[in-house]
Amino acid sequence: MKPGHAGDADRPAEGGSARTAKSVRARLAGALVERWRHGELGALPVVLSLVVIAIYFQAQVPVYLSARNISNLIVQIAATGSVAVGSVLVLLLGDIDLSIGSVTGLCSAVLGVLIVNAGVPWWLAVLAALATGAAIGAFQGAWTALVGVPSFVVTLAGFLAWQGVQLRVLGSTGTVNVFEPHIEKIAQSFLPPVWGWVLALAAVAAFVMTLWSDRAARVRAGLSVAPRLGMAARIALIVVVAGAAVELLNRFNGVPTVGVIFLGLVVVFAYLTTRTRFGRYVFAVGGNAEAARRAGIDVTRIRVIVFAISGLMAAVGGIIFVSRLTAASTQTGGGTFLLEVLAAVVIGGTSLFGGRGSAWSALLGAVVIGSIANGLNLMAQPPEIKYMVEGAILLAAVSIDAVARRNRATAGR
Amino acid sequence: MATDRSADPAGGGAHAAPRADRPILEASGISKRFGAVEALREVDFEVYAGEVVALVGDNGAGKSTLIKCIVGTHPPDEGTIRFQGSEVHIHAPSDATRLGIETVYQDLALCDNLDVVQNMFLGRERVSRRFPPVVESLSEAEMERRSLEALETLDVTTISNVRERVASLSGGQRQSVAISRAAMWNSKVVILDEPTAALGIAQTKQVLALVRQLRERGLGVVVISHNLQEVFTVADRIVVLRLGRRVATFRREDTTPEAVVAAITGARGDDGR
Repeated sequence: MKPGHAGDADRPAEGGSARTAKSVRARLAGALVERWRHGELGALPVVLSLVVIAIYFQAQVPVYLSARNISNLIVQIAATGSVAVGSVLVLLLGDIDLSIGSVTGLCSAVLGVLIVNAGVPWWLAVLAALATGAAIGAFQGAWTALVGVPSFVVTLAGFLAWQGVQLRVLGSTGTVNVFEPHIEKIAQSFLPPVWGWVLALAAVAAFVMTLWSDRAARVRAGLSVAPRLGMAARIALIVVVAGAAVELLNRFNGVPTVGVIFLGLVVVFAYLTTRTRFGRYVFAVGGNAEAARRAGIDVTRIRVIVFAISGLMAAVGGIIFVSRLTAASTQTGGGTFLLEVLAAVVIGGTSLFGGRGSAWSALLGAVVIGSIANGLNLMAQPPEIKYMVEGAILLAAVSIDAVARRNRATAGR
Repeated sequence: MATDRSADPAGGGAHAAPRADRPILEASGISKRFGAVEALREVDFEVYAGEVVALVGDNGAGKSTLIKCIVGTHPPDEGTIRFQGSEVHIHAPSDATRLGIETVYQDLALCDNLDVVQNMFLGRERVSRRFPPVVESLSEAEMERRSLEALETLDVTTISNVRERVASLSGGQRQSVAISRAAMWNSKVVILDEPTAALGIAQTKQVLALVRQLRERGLGVVVISHNLQEVFTVADRIVVLRLGRRVATFRREDTTPEAVVAAITGARGDDGR
């Protein structure tokens, strides 16, 4: 469920063949209780609430879990989710980026105006939009780190200012229609069925290879390894999920290209955060910036890079919006977009207080937020209901985290 | 020249018998002013390999300032530092680290949200680039094995799971992690700032046992402490600072807590004035 989490790998392998099914169950239950007491619930609450959401909407509107609607859902959440992936890093630092909505809007405007008004080739316009987002993020990160103004304030200023720039870039018409075939393909094309299967196979292969090489490294180092059974169960789970997803999506138009892009971004960031020094330093700065500094970590550099990534991902979101809506408008990235992104990250399980979270929380949270919006839309509910439900879910998610945190604190010493 | 401790303004304290070998770390004539405040005045300080030196003194005596001068947090205004016999210039904590001088600060400097292994390797992670060759990958298994080895070498038996987050460890366990981290990098000198402040009796014992382990392994250990009972348990030599000067040096076996207290408070009136 959460491949980035190697939580089980450290439990010592308990050999002995005299294990009954009952004792296995008892140990599983015991491990769960233990996790709850230590406040390490991982993705479990989110996944459970997703199941509840799916059952509820499926009961209300039978087309909810249809291939067409799942495909739509994926396209709908790709922009929110991509921006959310960048926000995960910012939240891990213990910072916040309130400018992402405005930057998304500004970058979509840059893309649209460059292609339509300036006649710039699509790929150059995409690069310009990405560079705009990254530069804005780096600027805000540097301001936060060097001037010492809290990121909340710097990016709140950005929230206002970049929205102004967005309106200025769009000019008097307010909306630029972007009918550019390459750009349209990003969010409006699908993988041919065969490629969908190739993708599923590649994903499973990568997952198995990662598990296997981690295990081999532990064996080489003479460390204990997780039981084979657990590994097999995780592989089986990924096979079932990947297979079912591709099979379902192939019954409609195939796997949406933008879904592959989004999933790819999540995987890249999961790798970055859990398996590189940069990611380790992001966690360290979010956990104890002074300790990180004393360990020789350049905290300023980490902060600037993280905010640059946040801006870059906001630009990715802007590009996806332009592709999906074939337009850049004054509305792009506005409204509740920013809050939905942050809600997604927090619902997905990343702490607002820094140091705890995962790139996968962007995926999970975006699916939760997207599922609710999509389901209520199918039920023809007005937007006010959507806002109220999303607010309630956000509060519930943070409350679960807060209670778990309290457990963690008492389990501490 | 810094071994010429006749320059030491200490009057009555029983001087440590001079050793045949040179100190591994030797600071001489260290002075430091903060504006009008003279925090340190011509202080000499030395640590030998395989000994524990306690640095004691009242609040404001200059203990922390002296350490900060030595490890480069606040480079001194005057004075020289010699390490393994040759003069060194330490302008930043990273210079000290590179030489093999590690400091464990009072507030621990561990990241609560990271596990024991991640903390022990923080800032010095091992990476490989085998697959794919351009992308780095943290060598978690190697780091875990080396952390286990380091804890084992130092007889730290209280940490059962090195993949546990530091947040859920006790104060003694955390201090053990911090000290083990300082000792595992081929360090020559480890400086401990109030290592047992805020620890219970049993946990203090763990930490002091660990300090002795460092000495057994031939490291020079400096312990800043307020707790004289602890100082007498673990230290070989006791250096007393008072009002920014070194006023006395004692060998543990030749002195009493009363004599040390007298030097700390200046009750003997022998602080050089």
